[in-house]
Amino acid sequence: MRPKGRGELDSLYFDYPHFDPPTRPGGEPQMPVVVVGAGPVGMVAALTLAQHGVRSLLLDAKATFNDGSRAICISRSSYHILDQLGIAAPFLEKSLGWTKGRSFYRGRQILEFDMPDSADEKFRPMYNLQQQYIEAFLWKAVEAAPLIETRWQSRVTGLEQRAEGAVLTVEDPNGSYALPARWVIAADGARSALRGLCGLRLKGENYEGRYVIADVKMAHDYPTIRRALFDPTCRPGGTVLIHRQPDGIWRIDYQLREDETNEEATREENVRASVEGVLAEIGHDGGYDLEWWSVYSANTLLLDDYRQGRVFFAGDSAHIVPIFGVRGLNNGIADGHNIGWKLAAVLNGDAGEGLLDSYTPERRGATLDVFANASKSTRFMTPPTHGWRVMRDAALSLALSRESAGHLANPRQMTPHTYADSPATTPDDPGFDAGPIPGAMIRDVALGDGHLSERLGKGLTLLTFGDPDFDVPPGLSVLRLPADGPVARAYGAAEGSAYLVRPDLHIAARWRSVTAGNLARALGRLAISEEETA
Amino acid sequence: MTQAELERIYEAMAKAIDAVGPDQSEVFLARLALALAEDLDQPERALEVIGESTAALTG
Ligand SMILES: Cc1cc2nc3c(=O)[nH]c(=O)nc-3n(C[C@H](O)[C@H](O)[C@H](O)COP(=O)(O)OP(=O)(O)OC[C@H]3O[C@@H](n4cnc5c(N)ncnc54)[C@H](O)[C@@H]3O)c2cc1C
Repeated sequence: MRPKGRGELDSLYFDYPHFDPPTRPGGEPQMPVVVVGAGPVGMVAALTLAQHGVRSLLLDAKATFNDGSRAICISRSSYHILDQLGIAAPFLEKSLGWTKGRSFYRGRQILEFDMPDSADEKFRPMYNLQQQYIEAFLWKAVEAAPLIETRWQSRVTGLEQRAEGAVLTVEDPNGSYALPARWVIAADGARSALRGLCGLRLKGENYEGRYVIADVKMAHDYPTIRRALFDPTCRPGGTVLIHRQPDGIWRIDYQLREDETNEEATREENVRASVEGVLAEIGHDGGYDLEWWSVYSANTLLLDDYRQGRVFFAGDSAHIVPIFGVRGLNNGIADGHNIGWKLAAVLNGDAGEGLLDSYTPERRGATLDVFANASKSTRFMTPPTHGWRVMRDAALSLALSRESAGHLANPRQMTPHTYADSPATTPDDPGFDAGPIPGAMIRDVALGDGHLSERLGKGLTLLTFGDPDFDVPPGLSVLRLPADGPVARAYGAAEGSAYLVRPDLHIAARWRSVTAGNLARALGRLAISEEETA
Repeated sequence: MTQAELERIYEAMAKAIDAVGPDQSEVFLARLALALAEDLDQPERALEVIGESTAALTG
């Protein structure tokens, strides 16, 4: 919502584009992939397909980007995905990287935490950037990609599943038409129409805690450090979060009391009063402009299966996660990338359809992981019962004199999920005593002027230490590294060791001493046989 | 004690406070503190922690 007198898209700092309805061809040949929803997740999926040479049609019901700044925290793992897609530059230029958080209890600082970071990491653990910019930068890349056709003002209203593909019904201002597709990626958001058309429902829990998220523009001098205020004077018993964003915009999240209805809380004068209370608390006595606000509650909801026939669900259509883990968007970006490279491998004939069976266990597993961590954060931020509240207050009070108790208030680390149980992951070689395990994301290492992550291929990459004594199948990129260098040390590798890295930078397999047979079996788990890579 | 171990105790106590109910939670917490103090077997240390906790909530 926006202040009185300003429209939905009337931002203080961002110009929303307007997209016309498409001019359509006379007939609609079957598309390899139709992506429904040009939100951040749909755009990442289409860009990933295009990078691997696969054409897609991207549909969106709206005529512009999402309104409001919504998700503002992008994680290191998402930056790695953007980097793999070759589009990280504008994000890096505009966003504000951060590593630090500070927690306050009744006005006193009780904890300062640092997220893991080092010169070995190409990217900082977290970056703040408004969702409109995220969408605008992705859109710039989508618009420039010859393999992606986008149709705005095009709403999917029907779905028919067939053996060889699906047929969508699409409505735009010029009428309704049938659109055949071999595969469909449903990235159509929290109120997904495709979910309904497939007869599926999100399942899980709704938590009690509700927050107003408000963006204000103000000249406020504080570094990019996440501030959490517990039991502040302005909201006794409640919790407030403050984040800095580019363009002099500040995000203020404040918890609502049980007796505050959403309707009351989101009235402009009440938002202003609450925001002013927070600003007084943090000692900001200059003015401010109210930009946008909305109300958000902590839900953990997801689909049982992210696939239904020819349709794959990605992003908010598949899961709604609580705000505190800042995983909503990051989790969705990883979904879009995961299904993107897998569908591309199948459509390009590099892998069998078996590869697609790993999508649900990997990405649904990641969401369950987010839920487990976010439930802990939520219990701390918004204690659900008397017992949790007593313990939370005790920990906060204890933290004034004891550091260990302060760490109970530490938001969960945003390490990406490990696909250890995925059917595509080869069980670990017990010979290793260091390095990322199979299923985990690679650990970046500073290398020469750059980083290990930049030296990887766009498809599968075999990292070999020393010289392997067999011919590597031609479909793989090979990165030869010395057996005594910085990567070998971080990866617990010796002469003859190897790591197989997937396009999403997760480790598929590793061996202390690799053989052609071991490698072929690991490729088999990815539904890639040697004949197919040849 | 590791961070994870401390967290397990935190969670178990939160659930226990809910299980005994608000009428009895004070007795529960006092009983727990007394039992832990006896197990600690360092009376001076226990008295110090009582002082520390009192100061934090009254100061
Ligand atoms: C008000 C609000 C505040 C939020 N705040 C935060 C926050 O503070 N932090 C955070 O991490 N996350 C936040 N989120 C969540 C975050 O915005 C989402 O996780 C993210 O946008 C998910 O991206 P997506 O691409 O899956 O879905 P969306 O961004 O919702 O995109 C879905 C797209 O599909 C299109 N679409 C829908 N139906 C159809 C159809 N039938 N046919 C064609 N197109 C269709 C829509 O027009 C839309 O463009 C917020 C969300 C909302 C709504």
